[in-house]
Amino acid sequence: MMLVPCPFCGPRDASEFRWVGEAHRRPAVAEATPPEWRAYLYLRRNVAGWSVETWYHRAGCRRYFRAERHTVTNAFRAAQAPGAVDAPGREVA
Amino acid sequence: MDARNGFHANGRPRWRRYSALSLLRHGLTHEDWPRAWRAHDLAPRYDVVVIGAGVHGLAAAYYLAKNHGITNVAVLDKGYVGGGASGRNTAILRSNYLTPEGVRFYHRSVALYRGLAAELNFNVMFEQRGHLTLAHTDGALRTMRWRAEVNKLEGVESEVIAPAEVKRLVPFLDVSSGTRYPILGALYHPPGGIIRHDAVNWGYARGADARGVHIHQNTEVTGIDVERGRVVGVRTSRGKIATRTVLNCTAGWATVVADMARVRLPIVTHPLQAAVTEPVKSFLHAVVVSGSLHVYVSQTARGELVLGASVDPFASYSTRGSLEFTEELAGHVLQLMPSLGKLRLLRQWAGLCDMTPDYSPVMGVTPVEGFYVDVGWGTYGFKAGPVSGEAMAELVATGRTPEIIAAFGLARFTEGRLVGEKGAAAVGH
Repeated sequence: MMLVPCPFCGPRDASEFRWVGEAHRRPAVAEATPPEWRAYLYLRRNVAGWSVETWYHRAGCRRYFRAERHTVTNAFRAAQAPGAVDAPGREVA
Repeated sequence: MDARNGFHANGRPRWRRYSALSLLRHGLTHEDWPRAWRAHDLAPRYDVVVIGAGVHGLAAAYYLAKNHGITNVAVLDKGYVGGGASGRNTAILRSNYLTPEGVRFYHRSVALYRGLAAELNFNVMFEQRGHLTLAHTDGALRTMRWRAEVNKLEGVESEVIAPAEVKRLVPFLDVSSGTRYPILGALYHPPGGIIRHDAVNWGYARGADARGVHIHQNTEVTGIDVERGRVVGVRTSRGKIATRTVLNCTAGWATVVADMARVRLPIVTHPLQAAVTEPVKSFLHAVVVSGSLHVYVSQTARGELVLGASVDPFASYSTRGSLEFTEELAGHVLQLMPSLGKLRLLRQWAGLCDMTPDYSPVMGVTPVEGFYVDVGWGTYGFKAGPVSGEAMAELVATGRTPEIIAAFGLARFTEGRLVGEKGAAAVGH
């Protein structure tokens, strides 16, 4: 069993959550060139190590938050409410 | 056992071919079987360095040597031959994909697999038992009719069949209408089947070795040297290698290796778990797949049921199994075949799947000259081993991208030419 530390509800079973993906920066939508936009859409760091991610507590508080997880051990070390942007899954890194 | 056992002092194998006669002779003499491949010291220079001794890397090395006469090749692996995804998949082969590019590609792979036992002089135990993808919704049926038409146009046997026909092919399936996910029909693909994945890996390793390829196990790549935009060498846990050609054939670590050459890939790594039951008498002939139930079931020649699922719901490099997976898998299998309720699971495991945005692989050149990729194999890599090896060997040897992999280049993600294969490549979408 894996526990995900929801900053609003505390640690809960991973099955309550949806993993949204790596938190990364959205380019300025009006200025981005097609290659820049596609790089944003498709390219990922996919590190084997600590990664900052967006999670959604779908069977709990139904809020998005940012968490830092080690992708080899699945250990979490930080979780916090999202910052400026609240859009689903596209947290500003 | 001596690493050179089975080979003459000049390196030639003592016993090249496996046959009934050699089996008889070994039985009578109790002589040790020769090793299928040798261990070597790391040479300071290779013409081609292949990273990853799985089916893709070994097949590429084999075809480089066999089809193109390039034998100064090293295959490096941080573990052992076939220890990654090539030994962890559920060994299902098929070619009933959705896009014409995908169908042509996997069709060639099945053709190569059909001749592989003779080609490699190694029994790979390919059984074309028929492959059934069950439809539980109108949407799934629509995709299957679409797939069947594309398949037929490309010359691949594939058709949509009714529940009664499904029941005839797999009598243990619950095709009643009272279930949560009733079976509305299925895509039937007679050439699909199962194979002994380890035998394929070992056969390619033995064939490549016999042609002069060096297979280096326990040799981890720690860096790739790039000068003025081209590859000049590879650093490993056993020393440096000078080379101008590197082929990344890893699964799970594709982005880790590509990062060393500063090439970015559109890949996210997810674990995929699978399990086998205790062996029972043969009762399940066809391969049964259900997208809605996220499960696929086949029975091996020794009687175990091999059960696979969709990838874990978050990215990870961990290969630990989870109880959630076992519970869900068992529940889904029992919905399909309630009579398996007393069957016990023997073991479960996980492999790593490099998922791409369009569920198609990434093969070909990269912005770094001399650095080639054969990655992004998601949940469909093993069935593509031979054709990928053949095509990548041709690309490396000739410098020209073969037509059969032209659609799968890395540039498609910046040029917006994705090959959407999600409707046929994965369960659980």
